[in-house]
Amino acid sequence: MIDLLSVDFMQRALIAALLVGTVAPMVGIFLVQRRLSLIGDGMGHVALAGVAIGLVAGAAPVLTALLAAVVAAVVIELLRARGRTNGDVALAVIFYGGIAGGVVIISKSPSGTPANLMKYLFGSILTTQRTDLYVFAGLALLISVTTWALRPRLFAVANDEEYARAVGLPVLPLNIVLAVLTATTVVVAMRVVGLLLISALMIVPNAASQLVARSFSGGLRWAIAFGLVSSVGGVALSYPLDTPSGGTIVLLAVALFVVTALVTGVMARVGGRRHDVAETHAHEHGAECGHPAVTHGDHVDYVHDGHLHAAHEGHYDEHGVHHDHPAPPGPETASTGPAGTTAGPTTGSRP
Amino acid sequence: MRSAPLVSPDAAPSDAVVTLQGASFGYGDGAVLSDVDLSIRKGEIVAIVGPNGSGKSTLMKGVLGLNERVAGTVTLFGTDSTEFHDRARLGYVPQRHTLSASVRATAEEIVATGRLPRIGWLGRLRATDRQIVARSLDVVGLADRAATEVSTLSGGQQRRVLIARALAGQPEVLIMDEPTAGVDAANQHVLADVLDRLVERDVTMVIVTHELGALERLLTRIVVIDGGRIRFDGTPQAYAAARDSVHHDHDSHHHDLELDGHHPSLAHGPLDVDHTDRSRP
Repeated sequence: MIDLLSVDFMQRALIAALLVGTVAPMVGIFLVQRRLSLIGDGMGHVALAGVAIGLVAGAAPVLTALLAAVVAAVVIELLRARGRTNGDVALAVIFYGGIAGGVVIISKSPSGTPANLMKYLFGSILTTQRTDLYVFAGLALLISVTTWALRPRLFAVANDEEYARAVGLPVLPLNIVLAVLTATTVVVAMRVVGLLLISALMIVPNAASQLVARSFSGGLRWAIAFGLVSSVGGVALSYPLDTPSGGTIVLLAVALFVVTALVTGVMARVGGRRHDVAETHAHEHGAECGHPAVTHGDHVDYVHDGHLHAAHEGHYDEHGVHHDHPAPPGPETASTGPAGTTAGPTTGSRP
Repeated sequence: MRSAPLVSPDAAPSDAVVTLQGASFGYGDGAVLSDVDLSIRKGEIVAIVGPNGSGKSTLMKGVLGLNERVAGTVTLFGTDSTEFHDRARLGYVPQRHTLSASVRATAEEIVATGRLPRIGWLGRLRATDRQIVARSLDVVGLADRAATEVSTLSGGQQRRVLIARALAGQPEVLIMDEPTAGVDAANQHVLADVLDRLVERDVTMVIVTHELGALERLLTRIVVIDGGRIRFDGTPQAYAAARDSVHHDHDSHHHDLELDGHHPSLAHGPLDVDHTDRSRP
């Protein structure tokens, strides 16, 4: 590892991986929420046309790619908002036009070899230049600050667009901002992950995080963690294995997803067998059900004929017998550690 | 916690919340709902009733600015709707079967989105905003489910999360789309109790529904819409009387059924079990 870090281009690649691993899942969660998981893919196609124009014109390919992707993002959102044309077909025309244009233009450039094309399509740690790194760091900072600042609003619009419109949230501007964030992420990630695989780093960590998260903020944190592990791990592995960084990163992300799915699946089966479900009752516990509410660790139980009932999904869990001394650790509290034995139910009905 | 009322006190000079004059709504040339005159005042609990496809949802979306107005005027809190920008004063409770299907979110996170129109473009939720969110969940009886993932809640509970989301914006009127649709009888009564609590807090409510059900006892006014026009507008007593008088008129079965809110096409099938069947030997 030390020897890894001493290689100049590896340092740059790892820093780029750190940036990409953070911002891609952050933007990606809103794409998953809006069911636009594949839009990053299309923007990658358009960015290729930008790269090609940059190579032919002798301009910086990063900047021309950014320009192409952002313009495409805004056009796509406007088309979607107008709703006159068939949205899907319009997207397909833009995306395939982009990649076809990219391939044709790049063949006319002085450095237009197939190898050159490959490193943009699938990522290569060797391509990250020092000057690029400053641009990437700046863009990544811009993406994360914007996403963070607008997070509640992006969530609201993606969750229920009609409601957001009815209460006067700026729906179209927010959707355009999200599209531009996606385009920028594509460009930041293109050197490390490659234009054809960028979407994977936005979506796959989120797919894994949705298996473990119980809230939106939790989902976001898990997705960033999975994204960082896959991107940094993938770059680090690609050097000794001599594999393309993009493919390695995405395979690692997919492996993380599969392992998470297996682990959560097994845990759900074990947990499902272990927890006690209370007898079904016709009413729902609440402020006015007549059963005293007691706080029990991090949740509220209701005392029902001397038993503690805790809401869990569509039913009530049996959380033991209510006494003045701490309740015996229930099946849920036992699995969460010492909290269960110390946090006895403190009686006190809610106001 | 209890200092500020959930629904802000009267701010408009007139007490008319929503006024429609000769309003027609629809898409392009075809108006789904035409020439509607309707004024809803502060404190009223109005049900807008009609069979599916009658135009009642079009009316509601028109008031909310979600579809095209082809004629007439809509006045919100004394301001023409085209000039009206403080849309958070209208609390919208949409008809939704799933709250967050694509990603996980807690009840509190969903309700907090209702607070956003009240804070600026870049503002964050402050302690008072969080208290209002918590209190909104409390009003609908879901205080103990704040951290619960919404997809694990029942249909009735999800409906109450949506009511709490609207309340978090401290609206002056609640506009609800089919709040009881798809909610079982037991949960309809919980829902009616929640709305009862809102009535005690003097919340103005417009409830769009195809069946009155458990909500009938709350209402101060009933508006019946059918075929894109208002057919009845009056108190629940007048509605009951009109329903009875239509009931006695044997030639107008169609009106009878339409006012009752039943499904005409389902009412008289040959396989229906009705009271006469039971009395047969």
